[in-house]
Amino acid sequence: MKKEINISNDEKLIKSLMSQAADVSIDDALENEMIINMGPQHPATHGVLRVVLRLDGETVISSVPELGYLHRGYEKMAENMSFIEFIPHTDRLDYTATMCNNVAYVLAVEKLIGIESPDRAQFIRMIAAELSRIAAHMIAIGTFAMDVGAVTMVMWTFREREKIQEIFDRIAGARFTTSYTRIGGVASDIDDFALKMIKEFLDQLTAGLNEMARLLNSNRIFLERLEGIGILSKEDAIAYGVTGPSLRASGVEYDIRRAKPYLFYNEMDFSIPTYNDGDCLARYHLRADEVKESVKILYQCLQKIPAGEIIANEPKKVLAHKTEVYSKMEELIHDFMIINKGINPPEGDIFFSAENPKGELGFYIVSNGTGYPWKMKIRSPSFCNLQVLPKLIKGHMISDVVAIIGSLDPVMGEADK
Amino acid sequence: MKEIILNKLIEKLGDSQIEFSEFRNDLSILLKKEHLLDAALLLRNDEELKFDMCKDVTAIDWEKRKNRFTIIYHVYSFKNKFELRLKVNIDEADLAIASLSGIWKSAEWYERETFDMYGIRFISHPDLRRVYMPEEFEYYPLRKDFPLLGIPGSLPLPK
Amino acid sequence: MGLEAALTKDGFITTTIDALIAWARKSSVWPMPMGISCCAIEMIAAADPKYDISRFGSEVMRFSPRQSDLMIVAGTVTYKMAHVVRRIYDQMPDPKWVIAMGACTSTGGMYRSYSVVQGIDQFLPVDIYTAGCPPRPENLLNALMAIQEKISKTKARDFQNKARSGAGKI
Repeated sequence: MKKEINISNDEKLIKSLMSQAADVSIDDALENEMIINMGPQHPATHGVLRVVLRLDGETVISSVPELGYLHRGYEKMAENMSFIEFIPHTDRLDYTATMCNNVAYVLAVEKLIGIESPDRAQFIRMIAAELSRIAAHMIAIGTFAMDVGAVTMVMWTFREREKIQEIFDRIAGARFTTSYTRIGGVASDIDDFALKMIKEFLDQLTAGLNEMARLLNSNRIFLERLEGIGILSKEDAIAYGVTGPSLRASGVEYDIRRAKPYLFYNEMDFSIPTYNDGDCLARYHLRADEVKESVKILYQCLQKIPAGEIIANEPKKVLAHKTEVYSKMEELIHDFMIINKGINPPEGDIFFSAENPKGELGFYIVSNGTGYPWKMKIRSPSFCNLQVLPKLIKGHMISDVVAIIGSLDPVMGEADK
Repeated sequence: MKEIILNKLIEKLGDSQIEFSEFRNDLSILLKKEHLLDAALLLRNDEELKFDMCKDVTAIDWEKRKNRFTIIYHVYSFKNKFELRLKVNIDEADLAIASLSGIWKSAEWYERETFDMYGIRFISHPDLRRVYMPEEFEYYPLRKDFPLLGIPGSLPLPK
Repeated sequence: MGLEAALTKDGFITTTIDALIAWARKSSVWPMPMGISCCAIEMIAAADPKYDISRFGSEVMRFSPRQSDLMIVAGTVTYKMAHVVRRIYDQMPDPKWVIAMGACTSTGGMYRSYSVVQGIDQFLPVDIYTAGCPPRPENLLNALMAIQEKISKTKARDFQNKARSGAGKI
C-alpha cells in the first residue's frame, strides 16, 4: 500500500528560510514578524514562481524562491524523441521569444552533426531572432511597467508586439509558437511582401519607442520606485552565473553575439549597451537600448540578405522538401530513413549557447550515435538569474520585491523546463 | 590556451590523473573524484586561467556501465574567453561528490537540480533540497530506469 | 436593439427573472486568469487593443478569485500546480464557470510525461474546452461567447446560496 505523499510539505523550505538570517532578531517579533507566501498564483510574479518571504513589518529579512510548478519534464522527453521532433518543444521554453529558442536549438544540433546551413537561411534566422528579441523585450518592459504602476505601457507594447506577430504569421504560418527553423535551414522562405512588412514595421517602431520613453523616462514616480533598488554588483553577477541584460546592467560587457559569434553577427555593426549601476532602472534602460540595437541589426539584415537556398543540401541529415519527396525516389528513401531511424549524429557531446533576450540559452547534447539524444540538458538563463533573487530583495520592502522580480524578468517555462 | 590549462593541471595533480578530449572544438577534461576540489580551486584562483563563471552542472546516466554516472561542469573564463568542460565519473555504490558551491556560487542551484533529477548527493552543500519535484517525491526522474510517463500514484491529484 | 425599442414604445418590459439575471450575468463575465505558461501570453493578447476582450464586458481581469466568475486556466497544469488551481477554484463564489484554454489543459497537450496532469477535468469541472497550442485570441473570444450562451440558458434558481460539500474549505 503506497504511502500518500503530501505534495505541499514545506518543512525543509521553512527551515532553510529561518536559517538564512538566523542571527537577525526583530524587536517586537510578535507584532512585526511574518512569514508570507507570495504564491504561485500572483499577478506580478511573471508566471508560477513562489517566493516565501520572512518579513519584519514590511522589510524583507530573508526569502526562499520555490520553482517546479511548471516542470514539464523536457529533458526526459528529449531522450525519447528524435532531434526533429523536439523542435516544437523548444518554442515553449522561453515563450516570450519563441523564434530565438528555435534558432539556438537547431544551431546546437547542427554543431553536433557538423553541417552548416546556407547563407540565406542564416540571414532569415537572424531576422527571426532579432524580431523575437524585440517582442520579448516589449513584454518585459510592458509587464515591468505595469507591475510598478504604469498600466498603459502593457497596452502600448502589446500593440507593437501584435505587429511582429502578424509578420510571423506571414513568414511562418503561426503567430506565436512557430517552430520555424529546421535542422539545416528554415522551414519556408521569406517573400518580398514579408520583407516589405518588416521594413514598414521598423520605420514606425522608433516613433512608438520614443512615445513610450516620453511617458516613462522622466516620470518621478517611476524613477523613485526604481532608482537604487535591487543593486546587483559586478562580482555577485559573475559569481551567481547571471547572464543577459541583468549582467550587462551590472557592468560586464558580455554578449555571446560578440564573444562567440554565430550566424552572421560578426558582420553586423551593432554596439553592446552596458550600464554600471546594476539597479532596476539600469536594467530597464538596457532593455530599451537593446531594442534600438536590434532595429539597427534588422535594417542591416534586410539590406544584406542574399538570394539562395533555404535548406542545406545534405540528403542523409536534412529533410528534403515535400514536393520532392512525393515525386523523386531517392528523396523518398532518405525521408523514410531520417524520420524512422533518425539523423544519427556521431558519438560525442557538445555545448552550444546563444544570446536569448533573457540571457544565455545553452544546449548540452550527448549523442550515442542513434537518432535520439542520450541526454539533453537545457541551460536556461531564467533558472540561473533567479538564484540571485534572495540576495537582491534582502532589506527591501514588499513593493520592491515586485519591481525586482520584474526587472530580472524570469520566464517560468524556461526556469522550470 | 588548451596547453596552458593542461600544463597547469598536470603540474598540480600529476600526469596520469587527467585525460582530455576534444570534439567539435570543445575541450573536455576528465578528472578523478578526489581531485575535483583542487582542480576547481586552481581553475578559479589562478591569475592566468581565471575561470570565474560556472555556467552549468549536470549529470549523465550511462545505465549499464561500471561508473554509472558522469557529472559535467561547464566553466567559463571572461579574461580568456574560453569555455571548459570538466567530467567526473562516479559509481552507483558511492553516489556522493564534493560540492563546488563554495567556489562558484551559481553551482548551488545546479547541484540541487542534479540531486533532484539523479539522486547524487553533494557533500557540504549549504541547502540540498529538491528543486523541481515536490519534497516528498520518492524517485529520481531523469534516471534511465524511471519511465517517461511516471509511476502511477507517485504524485497525488487534489481531492 | 430590442430592449430600447420596447422601452420607448410601452415604457415597460415583461420578462422572467431568470432571463434578466442570466442577461446580467453573461454580459459582465469577470474572468480570473489562471495564467500559468504560454497560453497566458495569448490571453493577455486577447485583452490588448487588437482583440479587445472588454467589448464582452470582461476587461476586468481580476486576479482575486473572490471577485470573479470565470476561471480561464491557461497553461500546462502540473501535479504540483494542480493543488493550487483546485484551491483557487474552491475560493471562487458560485456561480462559476471554467474555460480550459489550449491543448495542455484539455488533455495534457504535447507533454506526455511524468509531471503533467493529462487534462484538468481530472480534478476540475470544465465547461468549455479550447483547442490550439496556443489558441488564437479569436478562439478564446469564441470560447467566451460559448460561455455566454451557456449562461443565457441557466436559471437563477439553480444557483442557490446554500452550503455545498467542499464549500467550507479555504
